[in-house]
This record gives sequence, C-alpha cells and structure tokens, in this order.
Amino acid sequence: MADHMVVRLTACFFWMFPLALEAKLTYIAIRLPLKGEQAAPGAPWPLPRTWTKSTTRLMVDPTNFRFTSSMTYCDIVTSAFDRYYRILQLEKTSSLSGPEQVMTSLSVDIADKTCPGYPDPNMDESYNLTIGSTSRLTSATVWGALRGLETFSQLIYKEEEGHQLFVNKTQIIDQPRFHYRGIMLDTARHFLPMPILLKNLDAMAYNKFNVFHWHIVDDQSFPYESVEFPTLTEKGAYGPKLIYTQENVKHVIDEARLRGIRVIPEFDTPGHTQSWGKAFRSLLTPCWEDGKPGVAKPNYHGAYEIMDPSRDSTYTFMEKFIGEVVKVFPDQYLHLGMDESYPACWKSSPNITSFMKENNISTYVQLMELYVTKVLDIVERTNKSYVIWQDPIEDGTKAKPDTIVEVWRGNSTVPWQHYMTRIASQGYKTILSSCWYLNYISYGQDWRKYYQCEPQNFTGSADQHSNVIGGEACVWAEYIDGTNILSTLWPRASAVAERLWSSRDVTDVESAKFRLDQQRCRMVRRGIPAKPILDGYCGDYEFGFPESMGIYKQETQEEHPNTSAGSLVWSSSSLTFTLLLILAQKIVRIFYHL
Amino acid sequence: QSCDILSSAFFRYQTIIFGFREEVLKFHPKFKAGSLTELDVNVKNKCDQYPYLGMDESYNLTISSSGATLNSNSVWGALRGIETFSQLVLQRSKDMFTVNGTTIVDYPRFQHRGLLLDTSRHFLDVSIIKQNLLAMSQSKFNVFHWHIVDDQSFPYTSNNFPDMATMGAYDSKHIYTQDQIAEIIEFARILGIRVIPEFDSPGHSQSWGKSIKDLLTKCYSSGKPNGQYGPIDPSLETSYGFLSKFFAEIAKVFPDHYVHLGGDEVNFDCWKSNPNITAFMKQKDFGTDYAKLEEYYMQRLLEIVSGVKKGYMIWQEVVDNGAKVNPDTIVEVWKNGFHTELSIITFRGYKTLLSSCWYLSDISYGIDWPKYYNCDPHNFIGTAEQKKLVIGGETCMWGEYVDNTNVLSRTWPRASVVAERLWSAQNVKDANAAAPRLEEHRCRMIKRGFPAEAVNGPGYCFQEYSIHEPV
Repeated sequence: MADHMVVRLTACFFWMFPLALEAKLTYIAIRLPLKGEQAAPGAPWPLPRTWTKSTTRLMVDPTNFRFTSSMTYCDIVTSAFDRYYRILQLEKTSSLSGPEQVMTSLSVDIADKTCPGYPDPNMDESYNLTIGSTSRLTSATVWGALRGLETFSQLIYKEEEGHQLFVNKTQIIDQPRFHYRGIMLDTARHFLPMPILLKNLDAMAYNKFNVFHWHIVDDQSFPYESVEFPTLTEKGAYGPKLIYTQENVKHVIDEARLRGIRVIPEFDTPGHTQSWGKAFRSLLTPCWEDGKPGVAKPNYHGAYEIMDPSRDSTYTFMEKFIGEVVKVFPDQYLHLGMDESYPACWKSSPNITSFMKENNISTYVQLMELYVTKVLDIVERTNKSYVIWQDPIEDGTKAKPDTIVEVWRGNSTVPWQHYMTRIASQGYKTILSSCWYLNYISYGQDWRKYYQCEPQNFTGSADQHSNVIGGEACVWAEYIDGTNILSTLWPRASAVAERLWSSRDVTDVESAKFRLDQQRCRMVRRGIPAKPILDGYCGDYEFGFPESMGIYKQETQEEHPNTSAGSLVWSSSSLTFTLLLILAQKIVRIFYHL
Repeated sequence: QSCDILSSAFFRYQTIIFGFREEVLKFHPKFKAGSLTELDVNVKNKCDQYPYLGMDESYNLTISSSGATLNSNSVWGALRGIETFSQLVLQRSKDMFTVNGTTIVDYPRFQHRGLLLDTSRHFLDVSIIKQNLLAMSQSKFNVFHWHIVDDQSFPYTSNNFPDMATMGAYDSKHIYTQDQIAEIIEFARILGIRVIPEFDSPGHSQSWGKSIKDLLTKCYSSGKPNGQYGPIDPSLETSYGFLSKFFAEIAKVFPDHYVHLGGDEVNFDCWKSNPNITAFMKQKDFGTDYAKLEEYYMQRLLEIVSGVKKGYMIWQEVVDNGAKVNPDTIVEVWKNGFHTELSIITFRGYKTLLSSCWYLSDISYGIDWPKYYNCDPHNFIGTAEQKKLVIGGETCMWGEYVDNTNVLSRTWPRASVVAERLWSAQNVKDANAAAPRLEEHRCRMIKRGFPAEAVNGPGYCFQEYSIHEPV
C-alpha cells in the first residue's frame, strides 16, 4: 500500500447547510399531468451507456470520505479530488445512523500512469464505476477518471427530510458516443468577464462537455491580447479593461485542462474582421463606390471589408499571427472561421478584378479558395489542424481532406441534414451545431428540440455517418453578456450533452425531463444559475439562497473608475452644456424642507 | 421634522451616485463653471406613510450654477425627482462627477405603473424581490403586483390558516413568513412602491385545497368523485365563511387599499360534473349558464372584500363573462384583442389597467422591446372620458420558466421600456431615439448591481456585469 497514498483533502470553507439533490417538477395546469417516468434521486446526466441499478443503498460519510489513487503526483487527479470533495462537503449531515453499510472511500485506478499535458482530440474518456461493498472507479486515462468522478458525484443523493447521504449499489460502464462535445461562447459581441468563463467551465464539466470553442474575436471587438500585434487589442477591443490578457487566456486553458476540456480558439477570417482592421486597415479590402475606394454602400458592403486576398502582406501578417496563436493555445486544433465572407466588396474593387485577371481566377469562389488554401497551408506548416465553418465547402471550395467542417446552416426550407449529406459525402469530418444555437430563445420547453436533434439523422452511408465526430452548442452574443449567459446556456446545453454522450436510443424526452430537472437543481446547488425547465422547485435549496456557491454580485466600483453608462450608440462627448462639478463633502448634502 | 422616506432616500442615493467612499472629494480646477455641494429638496406637504393610488408624484428639478433645487408637493414626487437627479450625474473619473445645467418639470402620465412577479410557479427569494423593487424604483414603477399564490404552491404564511403554507407551499423553505412580508412591504414603501397582493380565486387555487377541507369543488366522473378538484366550490356557505376570515387577515397584513382577486381562467368542466353544483344552479335559477355561477361567486367575494374596506382588482374574464361587479372595481386586461376590450370595459364605466402587450415572460429572440414600447394603453376607440378610465398598466413576469436564476436578467431592462410608456408623455414614442437612452439605462443598472441583460445587439458597458466567487 506504500504507493497508494491516501488523499484526504480539507475543505477550505464550510457551509453548514443541507444539500438537496431532490428536484420537484410540477404541472402547468392541473388538467395537464406530467408524462414520463419519474427518476429516482441520484440519476446521472448524461445517461451512462450501461447503468445497472440496485435499490440497495450505502450510506456516504462525507466528513471522512477519501478518494484514493496511486496517481496523486498528477495535478489533474488531485484537483479533481479536491473539487469533488468540496461538492460532497456541500451537505450538512448528521452523525451516521442506520443499518446501511457506510461508504468512506472510492478507489480510483487509472491504467495509464502518465500525467497528461492537455486533453487531446482522441482522448479515452471511458470508465467503469462500481459502487458496492468495495467501490472502485477504473479508467484507461485520467480523462476517463474525471468523467467517472462526475458520475459518482451525481449518484449521491440525500434522503428527503433527512440529513444523510446515500448512494445505491451501482455498476456503470460508460464511454462517450462522440469525441467532440463542445460549447461555443462568443466574447466579441459582448465581453464575458473571466469569472463567468471559469464558472462555465465548471458547468461544462458537470455535463461532460470536452471542448470550449472560444469565438474570441469578431467584427465587433478584438479582446484577445496579442503579443505580436498589441495594437490589434489596443484598437480593436471595446475598452482597455474588456480584454483577455495572455495571463487570462492561460488561466482559462489551465482550468479547462484540469477538467478535461480542450480550448479551441476561433480566429475567424477573411470575413468577420472589422475589429482587426482598426489596427491594420490594409488587411481589409477597400470597397469601392462612386469610383472611389474605401466607401461604404449600405446594405451591400462597408468601407473596408473581408481580408484582402490579393496582397502578399495579408498572408505575411496571418503567418505571424497564427505563429503566435499556435504557441498560446496548446490544442491540436484551431478554428479558422471562414464563414459568411460575402463577395460584394471584392466585386466592387477594380484592384481585386485585375488581380483575378492576372492570376486567371474567374470566380469569387476560386478567389476564396485561394485565400482558404493559403491560410490552411500556413496553419499546416505549424503542424496544427483546423476546423472551419461549412461556408467555403458549401460554395465549392476544396479544402484539405483532413479539415473538420462545422455545419451551422439549416432552416425549415433547407434543413441541416441537406448540408450534412453534402459535406459528409465529400469525405470531410463534421461537427454539427445547426440545431443547437442556444442564443435563439423562445418561450417554453425548447430544450426538447435540442434533445431530439440527432446528428447522424441524415441520408448517407455508414462511413459518412461515422464522419460525424460530434457537435456543439453555440451561444452567439448579440443579446448575451455576463448578465444572462449562464442562465441562458444551462440547463438547455445539458440536453445537447446527453445527445452527444449517451447512446443513440436514449430518446425518451418525457422521462429525460425528470433527470434533467435533477441535473439543473444539481447545477444550481453547485452555484450555476441554471434556469428552470418547468414549474417546480429544487428541494430545500434554490439559487440565491444565502448558502449559494455563487451569488451574483456587482464588481466593485474601484475596479472601474471610468464608469457611467456607455455603448456603441451613446456618445459621451456630447456634454457641451455648462459643466458643473459636484464637489462632495463626505458626499453631497441634501437638504429638505417640509 | 423628520421623514424616514426622505432620509433613507438621501442615504441610498449618496451611495448610488458617488459609490462607497471614505475620502472627501476634491474640487477639480479644470471646471470653473460652478460647483455643486448640495441638492435642495423642498416638499410642500407633510410626509405620507404609505404610497397610494393617485399619489402626487410630480416634481420640478432645477440645476444651475447658482445651485440645485428639487421641488415637489409630496415625498413621492421628491423620490422620483431624486432618482432623476441621480441619473443626470455622470462620473468622469474616480473622484470627479459632473452634471449639466438642467430644468425638469415632470409628472407621470399614468397613476398605476405596475410590475407583476409570480412566486407560486417558482419561489423567489426575499433578496431577489428586494433587488427587483430597487430596480423598479430606478424606472419609476410604483406598484408591485405580487402574484403570491397559485395552483402550484402557496408560499404565503397565513396567521389564521397556517396549514395553507405548511401543506400548500412547495416545502418549508419555500414560504414567506409574516415577518418577511412586512419586510418587503416596508422596503417597497420606502421606495414609494405599493404592494398589491393577488389571491386568485375561484380558479388557480389547487394549492389552497391541500389544507382547506371542502373548499374546492369535487370533480365527478361516472357519478362518483374522481379524486380531482376544480375551482372553489361556490355552492357551499363554508367557502364564503373561509373567504371572510381569510380576507379579513389579508386586509390587515397588506396596507394598500387594493387587493387583486384574480378571477381568471375559471374552467367550468369540474363544476359541470358535480351534481351538487347542478342542484345549486337549479335552485338559483342559473339554468346552464356557469358564467352566472362565477358571477355569483365573484359578487359574494367582492362583498366580503368590501366588507373589510378594501378596493379590488380583477382580471378581465370576470366582466367578460357578463358578471356585474361593483363600479369601483379595477379591471386588468391581459388577453389578446385588448383594443376592443379596453373600449368595452371603459364603456361600461370600469377603471382599467392594461397588461396584454407586456408579458415579459413570453420571450423571443432579438430586439423585442420596441413592441413593448409601441404599445399605448390609450390606443383604442373611446371618448376622452373612457380614456381617463385607463389608470395605467402592468408588465408581467409569470414564473413557469423563471426563478432566482434568471428573473432579474429577464425582467430588466425590458420592463424599463414599459416604465417609460407609462410615465412619459404620449408623444414620446420614437423607439430609435429611445434605444441609446435605454442602453444607457441598462448600463446604469449594471453599475448599480442589477443583471440587466443586453437588448440592443452587440456593445458594451464600461462596467460589465460579472460574478464574484466566494473565497
């Protein structure tokens, strides 16, 4: 047992209050009773591939509980033990009493003893979990152990009205259905403060997501702090405080790593690059109107738009910038965007026209192809791989065969299946996000439609179906910021999580809602403001109760001295009237006379 | 002479305007135009205790190099004026605040500017309700319509009927104690906000039936009670006995003159199935017109509530179904087709409130607020007299999909749009012109600590909303 060091972590803080994992859904109206099978407490989400249940229960002793492993030299293992130990400690429990056997430890056996650097695209996330007279979590890698620990934490429940934790004897054999299970956040339309990004990583881990697709920059702002090109950030960010420093980025990557989450940044080009042009206008194509360059034509094009594919300097810049990015982000993949680059500006420009003539390029698709090929070449030279949105492929551009194509289009007239078939038939690996745009909010139980979207439900061969490597839930940020991102995303994204993890035949939405409700209350209990999916309550705990793990709070004023309202449309320089200074003597004295 | 409403407002707004700070602010020599060290607040009438329907909220605010003066008839006007003043002051740097020379003459267009929260479908924490009240005062709302109980749960802790909460609430943590209710009423009073509780009956009362025996109608199938319950049983005298006792308590607990009695969405199916109700209908000569039975119930209920010297609000169905109610009833219009409904209700001489076009819980993607902004409660065919009967409106946040996690971000700043419709002049209706002010208002809310969500598309506030992890 010498190499079996016992890890016994002390909670940094104590919350003396009960943990209620019960969740209670109720009807909208008495004449509309709820359908489906009510889940027993301690039902995991997403549903494991094989789950052998039992009604025999063990009592869990949170105060003396230990996770044991021979891999305590690995920070991923120890920090996971720390996190799950804290989650166990959320409970206020009374002294143990009862006939049940007491569970005081979980042995975590990981076959591969290397402590990995970063999660990778093909990581093995499988695990086996046995809860019984001896309890054991076995996995091939630490990543599988992380998933298994999460499942273990979800199996534990509190007896109603009681103050003791239980776990039923259980046998679980589990592995994900898809390798790529992502959440995309957009930090360009609105800036998301660091605590929100970190909190979201927690929520992702609770739902076994493994990719944070960070749509970090876009037309509207460039919050990424570039080392090579600091002016990109200085001029492109919304403000000097609304940026992600190199330190911030590293922090996100580190915290993601500890949770088995890959961070794939997206630097979208050649379109969606207005913010890049603030520092480097020559990157963008000058659009022509009335015989002059750099003139906007409303509803057609801006003054400068879309990276200029005709200038060598564009590629020199991209080479240098990508050279930086691949050093900052350790993941094998970069997302290169390439969506929505509409040729109106290129068409308007005589320079582009003559460039095309000189180079025997007859269509704008070919022009795009030139840009795509050159940029993919640049990335390939850095030994990285890439994801792009479907648009260039859709338009007929040929990309390198190992490109991962993300399908995002689709509507009631042309469903996403149409695009999936076309792209999969060209042999590309694909990721689906069309049916999971969670920023599109609507009244009611919209999670059902996310749950029912099946990524392999399109016309195609078995090979083509197996080219689907996963999917992701996207939250575009036109109407999203720190105020509402977490409650908009969770638990709606949990529906996507189960679709991407669990077996294809797990499709009973009526029964799923009871487990989903448990999962939402579990998240609420852990400090994620996951919104309700139907009438009801979360046992004896609700978000915002004094015992909250994460109460929303304003940032202190000192951190932002230049406050006052501001936005794109509100010009604060319009103060041209008489300015009066308020001189506050221990603040203003306000007198009144009745 | 002291006035707690004003003194607490002064204290509150010092922090709102200048933040928490120890040090004395220094004069900045760059600005020679003038300096302001005080706001002179003159209130003509004596300090009221509780806000009420028709209170005088008008005020005049003058800021010039010779000083700043706020004049009002009542403390309520002073509260509205101080809020306006706080919005005029801009922070230019850590220690510098400026305000423009300004003359404002202001008063509300409508007397009743309400916001409904539903604490039955999901429980809302007292702290969230208080935060919401603060947000309301920032948009000059003056009525918190507290839809406190419904089918799903009964979080109100009754003195006379304590079992109603113990058996009808979701559980013992999902209740409002008498102390907490008093705390909320006091918190609202200080902000000039009336608290009108809604005890909806005879429908929407499943949770009442958990504790009050024989209150709800037993539903029948094939000649036998089937274990289901319908609306309150209007045929039993015991129902009215209970209601008398219950509303006598409510009248004491809630100081506002008005109580909301609901009366919406009464499903007649259960009444139809019950032979005792059938016999009662016969005895009362109602034929098969169950609307008459509903009218009978509502009349009895209104008498009970009149008896405890309260005024009442009801949802529109009560009068839609042809029930005659007392002439001083305030009818709240919530269904589609409100233009016609407002014409009819005001033609019949009732005071009315509009909420149909302001259901904030019905969310949709994108910039949805202009539709709230463009909805005018006077946009119906009627005489000037009829228009006068529209005393205001309410924006509603029903709780099916809303709880502590998202209620504030969903309500704000979308409710602020309704606030402007109900306060400002009728001809203030250009949504494009309002957009930048709304955006500023949202950022101001964020600065004051409210999670007011993004409603105008991409952009930013100098101070963004974030969370703080407990250490």
